[in-house]
Amino acid sequence: MTAEATPSLVDKTDGPAEAGPSVRGPRARTTTAYLRYVAGKLGGAAVSLLAVLVTSFFLFRLIPGDPVKFMTGGRQVSAEQLASYRREFGLDLPLWQQFTGYCGKALTGDLGTSYQFRTPVIDKITEALPNTLLLTGTAFVLYTALGIVIGTRSAWRNGGAGDRLNTGLALTLYSIPSFWLGLLLIIVFSVGMGPIPGLFPTGGMESGNEEGFAYVLDVAHHLILPVITLVAVEYGQTLLVTRSALLDEMGSDYLTTARAKGLRDDLVRRRHAVPNAMLPTVTLIFINLGRTVAGVILVETVFSWPGLGGLFYQALSVPDLPLVQGLFFIFAAAVIVMNTLADLIYPLLDPRVGR
Amino acid sequence: MDTQDLDGRGHPRRAARTPLRLLAAAGAAALTVTAGLATPLNPAPQQARAEEEGKKVLTVAVAQSVDSLSPFLATRLVSTSIHRLMYEYLTNYDPKDNHAIPGLATKWEPSADKLTWTYTIRSNSKWSDGKGATAEDAAWTFNKMMTDEGAATANGSFVANFRKVTAPSPTKLVIELKKPQATMAALDVPIVPKHVWENVDDFSKFNNDKTFPIVGNGPFVVTGYKADSFVRLKPNKSFWRGAPKFDELVFRYYKDQDAAVAALRKGEVSFVAGQPALTPAQAASLKGDKNIKVNDAPGRRFYALATNPGARAKNGDKFGDGHESLLNQKVRQALFMAVDRKTIIDKVFQGHAVEGEGYIPPRFSTYAWKPTDGQKLSYEPEKAAELLDQAGYKKNGDGKRVGKDGKPINYRVLCHATDPQDKAVGKYLEEWWGALGIGVTLNCLDNVTDPWLAGEYDLAFDGWSVNPDPDFVLSIHTCAALPATPKDTGATDNFICDKKYDDLYDKQLAEYDPAKRADLVKQLESRLYDTGYMNVMAYPNAVEAYRTDQIKSITTMPEAAGNIYGQDGYWSWWSATPAAADEASDDESSSTGVVIGIVAGVVVLAGAGVFFTMRRRATAEDRE
Repeated sequence: MTAEATPSLVDKTDGPAEAGPSVRGPRARTTTAYLRYVAGKLGGAAVSLLAVLVTSFFLFRLIPGDPVKFMTGGRQVSAEQLASYRREFGLDLPLWQQFTGYCGKALTGDLGTSYQFRTPVIDKITEALPNTLLLTGTAFVLYTALGIVIGTRSAWRNGGAGDRLNTGLALTLYSIPSFWLGLLLIIVFSVGMGPIPGLFPTGGMESGNEEGFAYVLDVAHHLILPVITLVAVEYGQTLLVTRSALLDEMGSDYLTTARAKGLRDDLVRRRHAVPNAMLPTVTLIFINLGRTVAGVILVETVFSWPGLGGLFYQALSVPDLPLVQGLFFIFAAAVIVMNTLADLIYPLLDPRVGR
Repeated sequence: MDTQDLDGRGHPRRAARTPLRLLAAAGAAALTVTAGLATPLNPAPQQARAEEEGKKVLTVAVAQSVDSLSPFLATRLVSTSIHRLMYEYLTNYDPKDNHAIPGLATKWEPSADKLTWTYTIRSNSKWSDGKGATAEDAAWTFNKMMTDEGAATANGSFVANFRKVTAPSPTKLVIELKKPQATMAALDVPIVPKHVWENVDDFSKFNNDKTFPIVGNGPFVVTGYKADSFVRLKPNKSFWRGAPKFDELVFRYYKDQDAAVAALRKGEVSFVAGQPALTPAQAASLKGDKNIKVNDAPGRRFYALATNPGARAKNGDKFGDGHESLLNQKVRQALFMAVDRKTIIDKVFQGHAVEGEGYIPPRFSTYAWKPTDGQKLSYEPEKAAELLDQAGYKKNGDGKRVGKDGKPINYRVLCHATDPQDKAVGKYLEEWWGALGIGVTLNCLDNVTDPWLAGEYDLAFDGWSVNPDPDFVLSIHTCAALPATPKDTGATDNFICDKKYDDLYDKQLAEYDPAKRADLVKQLESRLYDTGYMNVMAYPNAVEAYRTDQIKSITTMPEAAGNIYGQDGYWSWWSATPAAADEASDDESSSTGVVIGIVAGVVVLAGAGVFFTMRRRATAEDRE
């Protein structure tokens, strides 16, 4: 209050003409600052993307192993066939020529053709991406919601039996290897054990003979166990971050003020404490959101889910350079885009950011 | 701001409650919807199932992804096995003893100069679109592979020695060769319908997986495919050898073998492919189930210890850094005599393998060979020590054997990091050779190819799957297979180049009399055994399993005792007969399972929602 009062006194000498800017000034300045902030973040993201594009080309050429040798291993091939493979994949060209070709194509959206599947990389990715997003996206929504809800409650009842139970459980599940938990769920809930009937399919994303709405239900049926596995293993992280952020806020004076105003405890938590404690959780949410694209190799493998994680593993073992590069780029781009989004949202959540 | 407003009974409070209410409401709605669905959903599948009542489906759990459904591109076992089912090859292999028998060709004979082969093509094989399969289709397939680089991708080596292929009549196919080739009854090339494939533009990119059903003339027709989900086939009712007995054959993907075993136990799949072989623990866990049969059959692989004979190229340049002592035959033989093969079978393979001797596994009875008593390198560590002494590699004061350079001998053994057997055998080698005074460094890598091709190893774990015609696994030890220069890659397995071996190899390839050729092949194996370059330790079994309440009988290859998945032929799936018993109950439970499963899932979610709402309410009241 006093800080504002002083300039207004000084302004008086310059007349009312200055009063306009002095009122609009801070807002205009804020907008410009925000725009500058946004431009900076977007520029940074663009540079990162470019760096990823370049890195992905060289990084995977450091993996030991020759794709042609791998693909022709164990069967009769003539020297001419080997040469023809190399020619077809462009591996006979000098590295710089391969690189310029790769960059030129990538800029037009062409990620090349997979060595092992003889299919455009983009087709392989668009085939598996929806499957991965369905699995990781569903799990993401659930574990984030669960993490935030339980995390805030745990913090609020910090030290109580509920907190100890929840934190303990979350930590235990968080440290369980996902493939092991998945396998356990398959044995108990898919095959059935004792009185528990085998309720869920043992793997895959569909039975393969359903259509229309029955297909949707069929996929949902296949989705349940992998999602439960992912949620169980992942929600602990959100829970702990939310809990500790809220704990930091809990001693604050403004909460005492809010209580003094006669607010119910519940409202104090929801209206005052949680919004201020959300920043670390929002960061985590966007990191997790970026990761959803990369899939989850172990869970996808145990549940035979035909997603990007499994595709990446197969691509690496050759190495199927165009496919590996394409996937790496998509994975990295998702993280970069999500981080940038998070950066853009921070100033809206906390006006101190970006000034 | 007014406290009254915030406190509770007005707008804000309701708004504040919304998220949780929404959650509870969503849960409840989902529950209602699903419960509602459960009723209308039920009749539909039941109707569908009534139509499909008694439909016998054979489901095979596989792990390997299909690389391509085009026979011109596919090289992986899963894909080539499916091609066996989709297309006829000129010849097939007898399930009893692997000898060549008629396929699309009923008869084949060479000319007197050995350079022309004439095949009689059967007239009763039809493509699934109704057109007849003729010699013209076969000639077109081979000519395409000879002239189009893209079409030669997978099987180009089969036509490398072809000069000209023609079809003088619909039942006559003539192949002219550049030089004699005894393997002409073992051309594992799917013959495709010309009228379909001549429309393909780029053979290097066409994957044959967009239009279904895929036109073919094999025992099955592919009706659907989704990458890493399933491959679906229906029987070809007009197949000349007779239609398969199951109504449908489905290859389903299980990327994790433990999950596949769980699916078998549940009955969701009828068969688990032993690729890789089921682990001893998996096999043991299935043994107690009365409806499951574990097929622990002689495999087609050999598992060997290869020694680096001094890597070299065809131009005479030497490269790599194999230990000089391994150039001595006595040393190589001594090393193998200190390997206790029986322990490897019992402890490492836990009985799921057969002790190794000759190069070709005993299941290929025509070509399998055993060393004579005088020749055999039995497990005799004392004699091994004597041999090493004779070779001049004596122990020093520390009990270590010393190389020509005066340093203690320490062999680097190349092993596959992904193969637990390599690691286990490696540990034994450390012990056994350690007792001889020789050090061992296990070099376990994800990618052994690079040091292997560079000749930078002393010994290596090696293994190949053998075909009914052994030409290929024999060819990889000839001098011709060496790389042209150290920079190139050759087909060679581990740089063996032996004049005697090469002479025998050339003779067998030009020998058209089966008995004489088999004899020459055995001589080759004998020579290879004596050199000590390739020491076969074991023939791992093909360990696979199936449900006897779904599959009543199925042909193994060889018939007496052999594998089911990955046969050289279509015998297993073509011959499989469904079990008559109550398979339908399984179907029923799986349909009810869908509904119960989804309802259970939603109940859990809704329950969680209700739980939180209740908790919240309780808190609110407590505090107020």
